[in-house]
Amino acid sequence: MTGAHDAKRLRVLVTPEGLALPLTLASRGARFSALMLDLTLIVTLLVVCALMMIWIFGGVLQLDNSGRNPAMEVLSIGGIMLLFLLRYAWFTWFELGARGATPGKRALGIRVAARPDANGQGGGQGGRLTAEAVLARNLMRDVEVFIPVIFLVSGGYNAGVAGAAALLWIAVFLLFPFFNRDALRAGDLVGGTWVVEVPRVKLPEVLSVGENRSGTYRFGPAELAIYGEHELQVLEGVLRQGRPQAMRAVMETICGKIGWEAGAGDEREFLETFYSALRAHLERDLRFGKRKKDKHA
Amino acid sequence: MELASLFRPAAMAPLPDVEAASLRSDRFRLQRELGWRRLEAIVSALERNRMRRIADDDLLALPVLYRQAASSLAVARETSLDAGTLAYLEALVRRAWFQLHGPRRTFPGWLREFLLGGWARAVRAIWLDLCIALAVMVAGTLVGWLLVARDSDWYYTLVPGNFADTRRPGATRAVLEQALAGKGDGQGLSAFATYLFSNNTGVAIMAFGLGFAFGVPSMLLLVYNMAVLGAMLWLFHGQGLTWEFAAWLSVHGTTELFAVLLSGAAGLHVGRSMAFPGTATTLDAARQAGRIAAQVMAGVVLMLVVAGLLESFARQLVEPTPARFAIGGTMLALWLAYFIFSGRRAGAWR
Repeated sequence: MTGAHDAKRLRVLVTPEGLALPLTLASRGARFSALMLDLTLIVTLLVVCALMMIWIFGGVLQLDNSGRNPAMEVLSIGGIMLLFLLRYAWFTWFELGARGATPGKRALGIRVAARPDANGQGGGQGGRLTAEAVLARNLMRDVEVFIPVIFLVSGGYNAGVAGAAALLWIAVFLLFPFFNRDALRAGDLVGGTWVVEVPRVKLPEVLSVGENRSGTYRFGPAELAIYGEHELQVLEGVLRQGRPQAMRAVMETICGKIGWEAGAGDEREFLETFYSALRAHLERDLRFGKRKKDKHA
Repeated sequence: MELASLFRPAAMAPLPDVEAASLRSDRFRLQRELGWRRLEAIVSALERNRMRRIADDDLLALPVLYRQAASSLAVARETSLDAGTLAYLEALVRRAWFQLHGPRRTFPGWLREFLLGGWARAVRAIWLDLCIALAVMVAGTLVGWLLVARDSDWYYTLVPGNFADTRRPGATRAVLEQALAGKGDGQGLSAFATYLFSNNTGVAIMAFGLGFAFGVPSMLLLVYNMAVLGAMLWLFHGQGLTWEFAAWLSVHGTTELFAVLLSGAAGLHVGRSMAFPGTATTLDAARQAGRIAAQVMAGVVLMLVVAGLLESFARQLVEPTPARFAIGGTMLALWLAYFIFSGRRAGAWR
């Protein structure tokens, strides 16, 4: 199911119970999208707040425009603090939460996690994501994200040699994730973190509780010996999706392989029975320590 | 109780009878499925920060449920070929693991530990970088002074426009004295304090972040900022206002420059650890340095809040030179005492 590209992003995390948990690192694309989503949210929030402030500001001005006004001072403090918090606290605040993710990351199904150290131990403090780690990775974010954005928007790269040097400097940070195996950005390196996928998977239906039809279709050892685990899982996917054309095509393929005549109208029944029989056969072998990866094995 | 039941997650669909499953691995799953679903409900509530919504029984059962799910996964990997169930279990155990091994301390707990020793310990841990950064800052001041002393045109190159308003070479003593004077009334000072805080924090965080390139840009930033100071010092010295200028600066400067020193040193610490990781790998060295530097930086933000208040209120409202020196000197002594003596009894507040 996982392609060669996904296999590159696969890591194994060993829990204290000694259980190997597979982890998939978030792709660079997902992380970039999450960042863009967060920046969009920040800008939207800023615009909404600015409009509200202008609205209040206008009221205050009408009340008393005779000179300095304490309400205006409160407003300007609020404005400066809002800018400050959105720039420096947004990411830290959300990543310190239970989900370890900003709204953008949540939407993309990814989160921040502690990276195991060189000995493969579960992170610096037993795999715990610490407040310091989140703080460090987000302090670096300022030079990695906000300063380049401000620089590019303000057209600072037109400033001759200094502009070119700054552009080079920014490129170092932007390209950093492309030059290491774990797609770490500079902040991940300093914080000792990485970003991983945390999909929410629903528990699918049990497949073998239907009516028992092993009387209608009887599969012998020779017929069950053709396929392996890979084909079983493909079949599982087809059954769970339940698309008639796909089921028809798969049924015809299987019947061709085992030398049966494919009937019409009872694809689902046939496939469910074949699936149960094949899984029972392969799982029995599994209990004896025999694994059959696919039909070529 | 009636109300509480309204907020419970919707009742789960009843499970099929265990005996109905023809496959052994499906019977295995059906026997354990209730526990998995219960774990999933608890983990979802934890992820949404709804601690209060979780019944005490559930919270107590959490570690047991987690281990059961983990062992189910281990067994299922060896006996079941149901890809859907395996994927579900893997995702469930991973989510539960992140919740069980998430940040253990609450924010108030972290803050207490941080203020009562953690911060000072982190500052002491980077003492070598502090010394280097301090030397760089002194050198920067000297460079600024010497450059302007040789050719006063340098003043316009070094000092940004908003500082070079009336404070320019050739200004009379009266004009410079005016620049050092207080404002008297307290109008608009809290907005000024907020502005100063957010601006200075931005510079400090930049000084830290730039340390990533082996600390060199951080040091350059320190040299530049201190050269501005050196140039202004030369200007006021020329009119015999050295003490007055130093007093004016010291009110907030002892706190603000200390914070700048800390942030530069924190950046240098990260850069230096990556350039010379010693026996650790570069990644591990960067991680360890980052953890210490992050604590220092969290404190820098606090210091800059104090500096902003001092700069806007105390400096504008307090005019006499000795009083200004007293404020600045007291702050410096307080910071030094705090960093030297706080958190010496290791583990006392753990």
